Amino acid sequence: MIARVHVTLKQGVLDPQGKAIANSLKSLGFSGVSGVRQGKYIEVELAETDVEAARTAVRDMCERLLANTVIEDYTIELDG
Amino acid sequence: MKAAVIVFPGSNCDRDVKVALAQSMGTPPLMVWHRESDFPSVDLIVVPGGFSYGDYLRAGAMAANSPAMAETSRRADRGVAVLGICNGFQILAEAGLLPGVLMRNAGLTFICRDVHLRVERSLAPFTGRYRQGQVIRIPIAHADGNYFTDEDTLKRLEDGGQVVFRYSDTEGNVTGPANPNGSLDNIAAIVNEAGNVLGMMPHPERLADPLLSGTDGRAMFEGLVEAFG
Repeated sequence: MIARVHVTLKQGVLDPQGKAIANSLKSLGFSGVSGVRQGKYIEVELAETDVEAARTAVRDMCERLLANTVIEDYTIELDG
Repeated sequence: MKAAVIVFPGSNCDRDVKVALAQSMGTPPLMVWHRESDFPSVDLIVVPGGFSYGDYLRAGAMAANSPAMAETSRRADRGVAVLGICNGFQILAEAGLLPGVLMRNAGLTFICRDVHLRVERSLAPFTGRYRQGQVIRIPIAHADGNYFTDEDTLKRLEDGGQVVFRYSDTEGNVTGPANPNGSLDNIAAIVNEAGNVLGMMPHPERLADPLLSGTDGRAMFEGLVEAFG
């Protein structure tokens, strides 16, 4: 089973990297980009085959390591 | 005083802090590899600066989960003094020994220069040799020093006197331009509620020898030795 985790900054947390990316896009000539926020994509390969057990394990991984829940949110998708 | 410095893969300020401590203690501290949880009793544990685990995932995130940090956390609960410098502060925040998080500097660049700090608390064991209101010059060298926490925690820190150093100008004025990284309230260092765990972004160990153009950092180590004997 593959868990696909997206870790993103919480709304309201300053994202200067996102701003820098938006500015670069503008410099490249893309008009109409009103904002960019960047995050992380993490794939975790699991031996677990039960979806609920996998989700619980990955949620625990997010809470304890993959995301800093002071400033980050996460979403989990399970495949296979 | 007995002291230990935890060393992670990627730490690079462990030897500087060893030199600064040895200078004040008269004897070198114990260097403890991150995999050890079984090191001798000490009065002070230092979590040094550097790039533990290359700052992979988030600065300090993986170091925070090491056996040495689990043991440090247990000892901190029992009142042992813990000093986190730069990456050490990031590790303490990730480990939950201190509230909040150190984010990417607001200006996005890595900043490596001297700053001025106003001493907010003269507080044993860490800042007993500084005077409240004193302005000191200390180097910073970081890309992720932007201290952030939620409103309630910030209020608790401020009301509880847990802010120990703030970025200031040379006169001690806490201003926007004096803030190198966007930290809330110009916070450069905080202690936990019990006052035994301190995290700071600046590097006192880099200005503790006259050969290095200043000694404002030395009083931190002298103060620690004074507190523990």
